[in-house]
Amino acid sequence: MILNMGPHHPSTHGVLRLILEIDGENIVRIMPDIGYLHTGIEKTCEAKFYQQVVPLTDRIDYLCPLTNNLCYVLAVEKLLGLEIPPKAQWMRVMLNELTRINSHLVWLGTHALDIGAMTVFLYCFREREDILRLFEMVSGQRMMTSYFRIGGLALEPPLGFFEKVRHFARRFPAKVDEYENLLTGNPIWGMRTRGVARITAEDAVALGASGPTLRGSGVDFDLRRDLPYSGYENFRFKVPVGQDGDVFARYMCRVGEMRESIAMVEQAVEGMPEGPIKAVAPKVVLPDREMMKTQMEALIYHFKIITEGFAVPAGEVYQAVESPRGEMGYYVVSDGTAKPYRVHMRSACLANLQLLPSMCEGRLLADVVAAIGSIDIVLGEIDR
Amino acid sequence: MALEPAITDLEQLKSHPAIAKLLAWNPVAVQGAKFDRNEISIYVERSLVREACALLRDDADCPYNYLADVTCVDWFPSEPRFEVVYHLLSIPRKERVRLKVRLEGSSPALDSVTQVWSAANYFEREVFDLFGVRFAGHPYLRRLLMPEDWEGHPLRKDYPVEGYR
Repeated sequence: MILNMGPHHPSTHGVLRLILEIDGENIVRIMPDIGYLHTGIEKTCEAKFYQQVVPLTDRIDYLCPLTNNLCYVLAVEKLLGLEIPPKAQWMRVMLNELTRINSHLVWLGTHALDIGAMTVFLYCFREREDILRLFEMVSGQRMMTSYFRIGGLALEPPLGFFEKVRHFARRFPAKVDEYENLLTGNPIWGMRTRGVARITAEDAVALGASGPTLRGSGVDFDLRRDLPYSGYENFRFKVPVGQDGDVFARYMCRVGEMRESIAMVEQAVEGMPEGPIKAVAPKVVLPDREMMKTQMEALIYHFKIITEGFAVPAGEVYQAVESPRGEMGYYVVSDGTAKPYRVHMRSACLANLQLLPSMCEGRLLADVVAAIGSIDIVLGEIDR
Repeated sequence: MALEPAITDLEQLKSHPAIAKLLAWNPVAVQGAKFDRNEISIYVERSLVREACALLRDDADCPYNYLADVTCVDWFPSEPRFEVVYHLLSIPRKERVRLKVRLEGSSPALDSVTQVWSAANYFEREVFDLFGVRFAGHPYLRRLLMPEDWEGHPLRKDYPVEGYR
């Protein structure tokens, strides 16, 4: 029987359509059909100035908007050859790790909810509220912050911000213990996730998987540690790696990552350097508002950057970061003008989605939901 | 803004391991190379792409076992119009390399690399959907993001940003 798990479905986490060929409860073939959220972001980027693309990037992978910002901004800074001050780099790392925790909380809540553990969902979103308040405090926006700009950060962090982050970082590890209490030793969770949707390391690498999906199968590769960017080489952290390649291994990887991320946030707050938050590049980075209101040159630079953009030397760059889902990359091609010639987003989820047939074919229908949850799919990133 | 100038001379870049391997296998395969902003790009001859990719994947010193991305850039109106770009990563050696293939504008076609890395499946479908480049040997070359009955290839430069509606 051909069954359509249509784009409107509570468990597909977005508008993912799966065409399932089933024989009783067993899956014979599974074929994802995507494109329901395609909004032509890559095409739109070609019509905007470099700084105008930053708000577009937030909305691609909407569960980790700051990570998208970071990747694009690092790519353009590489094209320009800008030096970013250390405080901006440490703030970027700190907010990036908070975003990782944010995204993993959504993953854990919705994944558990699909499998049937409804309490975990509410617990996770309670912590997520605290993190969203932190984002609102620093940038004015809960989700689509656009806080990282080309050359540094958009605004100075307000007074009292680091105290709040420290307070959250002290409370959070106990919450992860709560989630693990509910799930890790739970026999029902074990029966739904151990041995389910297994994938070997060779298949995962050949199919282009990355992030916890790859690490759950035993491949020890993390872009933050192995190809570091934005000051990650200054941080000490472990990379959790699973061995079995099943849903449970990926779950343990992500829970471990939440613990490591909060430790990194504490390290960032303790060691936050003093200094400017923007690079010194008057033609690229907007001047301070006070200077813009009092000095003529600053006003002219501000006007020119906003209305005409800044020309970026011709060339191309591929910058990849470790998003909560895997390797997110931005390939930016410049032809020397103020608008990017081509911006391509390498989506971690698009590659991870290719694993779904090997994970699910021959297994039960109920395992498809667990498999989709364990890949941690976000359709915004797949469809762009 | 301290940008070093790009090195585009193949003679100077011959010592890079990936370029050296490709030149040792078949000197015709490498049409040019560029080292810019700390990234190496290799222009590969169109008909030899699949074998060049297999060679790089199976290399003993630096196996490029991970295909990060396949994408395309449209340089309309200059010819060759399309440039299909492959981003490779070697997980054991943590090295990246970029392969580029230039194609003409009229019916651009290329060999698929799905036999080398299965990851190319969706990436090539997306390039076909949005640019119109056909990949010979792809197991299921259909539109991926646009609806099945869409006409035109939206990411081409002669397709308007607002679309045709």
